Amino acid sequence: MSDSLSPLIRAVEAADSSTLLTEAVQNLAAARQTGAIPTLIAALSYNNPGAAVAAVEGLIHLGEPAVPALIELLDLHNYTARSWAIRALAGIGDPRGLVTLLGVATADFSLSVRRAAARGLGMMKWHWFPADLLEVAQEEVLEALLFVAQQDDEWVVRYAAVVGLQSLTGAVDETYSEWRSRIHSQFEYMANHDQSAAVRARVWMAQQQIQAGAIVPPVEDRSPLSSTDWQVILEGLYSRKGQERLVLAEGDPRRYHGLAVSIAQKTENS
Amino acid sequence: MNSESGIQDDTQLTIEQAIANLQGEDLGLRVYAAWWLGRFRVDAPEAIDVLMAALEDEDDRTHTGGYPLRRNAARALGKLGDRRAVPVLLHALTCSDFYVREAAAQSLEMLGDRSSISLLVELLNDRVAGTHPAPEPPQLTQPFDAILEALGTLGAVEAIPDIRPFLDHFVPRVQYAAARAMYQLSEPGMADEYGDRLVQALSHDDLQLRRAVLADLGAIGYLGAADAIAQTLAENSLKLISLKGLLEKQVLLTSPPHLSPGAIKVMTIMDELL
Repeated sequence: MSDSLSPLIRAVEAADSSTLLTEAVQNLAAARQTGAIPTLIAALSYNNPGAAVAAVEGLIHLGEPAVPALIELLDLHNYTARSWAIRALAGIGDPRGLVTLLGVATADFSLSVRRAAARGLGMMKWHWFPADLLEVAQEEVLEALLFVAQQDDEWVVRYAAVVGLQSLTGAVDETYSEWRSRIHSQFEYMANHDQSAAVRARVWMAQQQIQAGAIVPPVEDRSPLSSTDWQVILEGLYSRKGQERLVLAEGDPRRYHGLAVSIAQKTENS
Repeated sequence: MNSESGIQDDTQLTIEQAIANLQGEDLGLRVYAAWWLGRFRVDAPEAIDVLMAALEDEDDRTHTGGYPLRRNAARALGKLGDRRAVPVLLHALTCSDFYVREAAAQSLEMLGDRSSISLLVELLNDRVAGTHPAPEPPQLTQPFDAILEALGTLGAVEAIPDIRPFLDHFVPRVQYAAARAMYQLSEPGMADEYGDRLVQALSHDDLQLRRAVLADLGAIGYLGAADAIAQTLAENSLKLISLKGLLEKQVLLTSPPHLSPGAIKVMTIMDELL
């Protein structure tokens, strides 16, 4: 740990009021150093919204190195800490958060969690995905975001789904014209019929930006995920798909078995 | 996701039962029924009738002389959008109970009836006899913030001289309500001065006040506040609701699907707060 970080961490530990704690966490987050991660993670459990917001922002800036600790937090039975961790994962866009985000975007009790998840699903680091897994993952995200856009009662969650769908449109390969046209139809419908003027306006902006070809420039950094990570993601998607099938009878989960083997081989070799 | 089924699961009340309860013997059921009719927007004529009658209730009193049923009835009548309620709400503005007057001012604001302006101004100047102050500190004599907000929403330009002194009131919440009203009542070029007062209030030390100012700025839709709202130390949920108010005002400036530069700016900020 660098010398500049120690006093910032001690300030968080010593803070004896809500305001001081928020300020200390803000200062620590602003340092943008990976050594701050354990303290920022701990701040998600303090039951202090100001400190948690600052910690989430700091963790999002630090990105990938914070992901394993955030995933660990998901398994603890602390609902508040878990919801902050999900918001951080949504902001980072790491594929290891994908299955969790898919689950909460459509079902979490808290609208701020659904909102963050819907935006985060569209902004996954799609360029990290192995080609075969990309299709499966994007299809799941598409279904989840269309569901949220159509069904969520809260304007802000539908707004976030529009943002997510716009990002997804930019990431989907040109060859998947059916997916693009489903997003297009959903936007057409919402542009006139969503009951919230704010959501309709966001749809208009999405339509105009998609038409103008305003797409986020591709990022070329390489995936730091191990083959085990991808296996876990695939198994999560597989189990989701299996659950859906009980109700929807859509898609055949068996295709994922072959895919799992081929991804394992490819990532081992690379 | 289906809100209608949620209503029945949550409450077990029907419209008929709520209307019957409001006229029944049980004071607890009455006060709950009055809230329930407003909460679920039951605007049937019979519901309006019983709520209007409840505004005259003498049975339900607190030990300090308050009228809990009248408070809930006054709040509900604002939500139900029936202007038949205006005369009884005007009478409620003269009630001894501070909170009944506060609810009546808010409901008259929601009903958008300009005939209430003159009495609201009388109340603002504390010239209505028999009105008791708030029981809690700072024991304001009148619900000034609710009155000021109503005058702003009702477009009471004639009340500007009465409103202006409240910009310097000793209670910050009242100052902000005055700034909010002055913004709504001023000519476009002059209004920004009052919007900027609210922007400055976003850096107040008190979180509750910052939250209230976020709501004020959303209500007036002051575009100049967009960046400051994003920077405010408060929950993103509240900032998003505030920015939604700015966005909705911008959307009215253009015909769909055209968007003003202001609308695009606000949405770009909102995207980052999701």
